[in-house]
Amino acid sequence: MVKVEFLGPIGKAPVEIDARTLADVAKVLKEDPEIAKWLEQSAVAVNDTMVNSLDFPLKDGDRVSLLPPVCGG
Amino acid sequence: MLKIYQGPLPVSELLSEWYGAHYNENYGAMVNFVGTIREEGGIDALSFDIYLPVLERWFDGWKAKLESKGALLMMAHSEGDVPVHTSSFACAIFSPKRRVALEMLDAFVEDFKANAPIWKYDVRGGERIYAADRSTPMRGSGLLAE
Repeated sequence: MVKVEFLGPIGKAPVEIDARTLADVAKVLKEDPEIAKWLEQSAVAVNDTMVNSLDFPLKDGDRVSLLPPVCGG
Repeated sequence: MLKIYQGPLPVSELLSEWYGAHYNENYGAMVNFVGTIREEGGIDALSFDIYLPVLERWFDGWKAKLESKGALLMMAHSEGDVPVHTSSFACAIFSPKRRVALEMLDAFVEDFKANAPIWKYDVRGGERIYAADRSTPMRGSGLLAE
């Protein structure tokens, strides 16, 4: 199982998903309309490292973070 | 050096501390930027969420880039509510000659706006409203929508 957390304004409690790659995570998250609407505009980190490939392998206990649009300053 | 404060930044203290720590290390230039909350759109304050683990990695990347040019980078940002006419963001670059500090400050602040994991909210009448229209998707966004 991997833990998926939703940062900033997404405002949803973390969920646990059975996933071997980020593609598996995407498939599950697309089924939740509240989350699906954020996917197009969110970046992804695995264990706090930014990731750019859906093939990124996941292992038990990994933490996936969704980072919606930012505006510091 | 990256520092996070709850509420407004102590700007004078920070600038004085940064200058005092490095003025005698043979840097020919110190360039700084301070972001202050403007009174507009009826807001009482802005409010910020920060995801520190990714912010630290992003900052360390910039720090290393500047070190390769012989320059030093420091930054402070607020978390939580920051009332109008107080400041939420400050940074400074020290470099041997002015050109590196001036150019890198511009590049650093632009990348900060686009890729630092910080979320901004307007505070109006006690309500905290995500500043969606002023926010930018980070590099690589949309991966899970493919």
